[in-house]
Amino acid sequence: MNILLIFPIILPLTTASVSLLFWRFRRVQRLLGLIGSAALLVSAVLLLKTVLDQGVISTQLGGWPAPVGITLVADLFSAIMTLLAATMGFAVTLYSLGTMDARRETFGYYPFFHFLLMGVCGVFLTGDLFNLYVWFEVMLMASFVLLSLGGEKAQLEGGIKYVTLNLTASAFFLTGLGILYGMAGTLNMADLALKLDDIGSSGVITTLSMLFLVAFGIKSAVFPLFFWLPASYHTPPVAVSAIFAGLLTKVGVYTLIRTFTLLFVQDTAYTHSLILIVAGLTMVTGVLGAVAQNEFRRILSFHIISQVGYMIMGLGLFTHLALTGSIFYIIHHIIVKTNLFLVSGVARRLGGTFELKNLGGLSLTAPGLTVIFVISAFSLAGIPPLSGFWAKLILIQSGLEIQSYVIAATALTVSLLTLFSMVKIWAGAFWREPVQQKEARVQAFPLQTGSTSQWIIYLPMVILSILTVFIGLMAEPVLDLASRAAGQLLDPSAYIATVLVSKQ
Amino acid sequence: MEFLSALVVGGLFGSGIYLLLGRTPVRLIIGLVLLSNAINLLIFVAAGLTRGKPPLIPDGAVVPPEAVADPLPQALILTAIVISFGVLAYAMVLFRQAFETRTTGDLDEMRATDT
Repeated sequence: MNILLIFPIILPLTTASVSLLFWRFRRVQRLLGLIGSAALLVSAVLLLKTVLDQGVISTQLGGWPAPVGITLVADLFSAIMTLLAATMGFAVTLYSLGTMDARRETFGYYPFFHFLLMGVCGVFLTGDLFNLYVWFEVMLMASFVLLSLGGEKAQLEGGIKYVTLNLTASAFFLTGLGILYGMAGTLNMADLALKLDDIGSSGVITTLSMLFLVAFGIKSAVFPLFFWLPASYHTPPVAVSAIFAGLLTKVGVYTLIRTFTLLFVQDTAYTHSLILIVAGLTMVTGVLGAVAQNEFRRILSFHIISQVGYMIMGLGLFTHLALTGSIFYIIHHIIVKTNLFLVSGVARRLGGTFELKNLGGLSLTAPGLTVIFVISAFSLAGIPPLSGFWAKLILIQSGLEIQSYVIAATALTVSLLTLFSMVKIWAGAFWREPVQQKEARVQAFPLQTGSTSQWIIYLPMVILSILTVFIGLMAEPVLDLASRAAGQLLDPSAYIATVLVSKQ
Repeated sequence: MEFLSALVVGGLFGSGIYLLLGRTPVRLIIGLVLLSNAINLLIFVAAGLTRGKPPLIPDGAVVPPEAVADPLPQALILTAIVISFGVLAYAMVLFRQAFETRTTGDLDEMRATDT
C-alpha cells in the first residue's frame, strides 16, 4: 500500500469536505484552503521524490489484484503533472485570498476549488480508463461551478458553451470506453496495453482511437475543436481563469499523451501523423486568433490553444527527444500561463479594464508587475535564456532530426507571432502613456502599497516568475527529468509490470 | 437481440445529435439526455448480452458454475447514469438562469462572449 499515491486525492477531498462543514465561516474556509493546498504541495513533492528514487509506483485499492482492483499508479510523467497541479493550486489559492470577493467566497469558492484539484490529481494518478472518466467528471463538475459562480451574464453565457461542449466530449469518451470494453474485456490501462497488442486487427483499434482523439481533443482544445475555450475563459474571476488556463487543457494533453503512448500505438504512421497535422493547425489558428484580439485575457486564451499545438507536436513526432520536448513544454507552459493570467488580474485592478486600448502606463505605476510580465511574456515567446526557449528548441530540434521540416518551420513562425502579440500587450498595457479616460473607472480599485493583500497577491506571481527564470537558467536538471519521463512513456514495460504485479 | 439493440442505440445517437444542433435550449438539453442514454445502452450492448443468467454464486462456491452475464458493464452504466444525472441537472439550472434575463430563446443569439 503506497500511501503517497492516495494523498494527492484525499487531501483536497478532506479540505473541501471540511470547508463545506464551515459553510458560514468565511475565515475558516480561507484558512483551510491555504492549509489544504500547502499540504497538497508537500505530498506532491514527496510523490515526485519517491518516483524518482523507486521508479514507477502503484497501489491497488479495494483489496483486489491488478486488472480487477482500483489502480492508482504514478510514473514520472504523472508525478511531474501532479506536482505542477499542486504548485498552481497553492499559487492560485494565495492569489484568491487577496482577490476573491466576499460573495463568491460565501458561496463555496474554496471547497469547489479543492474539488477541482482533486479531479485533476485523480486524472493524473489513475491507472484505469473508467476511473479516468469519473475523475474527468469530478473535475468538470467543479469547473462548471467555478466558471459560473457569481452569475454574471457573461459568465452564464460562457458557461453554456463550456458545459455543452465538454459534455459532448465526455459523451465521445464514454462511447469509446464502451466499445473498448466490449473488444478487450478490461479497462485497466496496463492490462489494455497488453490485450490490444494481442487483438491484432489494428484497423478497428485505430478507428476506436479516433473517438478518444476527438474526446481528448475537445478537452485539450486542439484545432477544429477549440471554440469553447476562447468563448468562456475570459468570463470568470481572474483566479478561476488562471487555474483553468494552467491546468484544465493540460489535463486533456496529459490524457492524449498517455493513451497515445500506452494504448494506441498500433498504427503510428496514421494516428501520430494525424496528431502532427492537428498540432500544426492548432498552433497557427491559435496564434492568429491571438493576433486579432485586443483584450488581455482573450489574447492569453488564444495563446493557450496555440501552445497546446506545441505540446502535441511532440506526441505527433513520437521520438524520445520530441516527447522530452513535450513534457518540458508542459512544465514551462503551466507555470508561465498561470502567471500571465494572474498578471492580467492585477493589470485589471490597476487600470480598471481588460481592454488594451483603455489600459496604459503600467510600467510607470507598477514597475514590479512590469518585470513579472516581461519575464513571463518573453518566456512564452521563447526568448533565451528563459524556460520557453529551451522548450521550443528541443521540439524544433526533434522535428529537424527526423526531417519534419514543415512542422519545425511552423513552430518557428508561430513563435515569432507569439512574440508579436506579447509585444502588443506590452505596448498597449505597459509601455505607452496612461490613457486619459472621460468616464470614471468604475471598477478600478488600486492596491494599497505595503498592505497585506498586496503582498499576498504579488507573492504567487513572484514565486512563479522565479520558477520560470530558474527553469531557464538551470535547464539541465529539468531536461534530464523530462527525458527520463519520456523514456518511461516510450517503453511502458515498467509501468505495465508494476501495475500488474503489485497486489497489496 | 443484439441487432435490435444496435438499431436502438443508433437511433438514440442520431436523434440526440440532431437535437443538439437545434437552436432552442430545451432541445439542447433533451439532446444531451438522449445522447447519454444512447451511450449507456451502447456500453450494455457492446459488452455482450446474456439472457437469464444473473452473476450469482451459490453458497460455498468461489466461482460461478457456468458462464454468467458480465456484471461490470452494469456497474459502469450505473456510475455513468449517476454522473450524467448530476451534470444534466446542473446544466438545466444553468440554462434556466442564463435565459431568465432574455426575451428570445435562440441559442444563436448568444454571441456576447464569442470572438
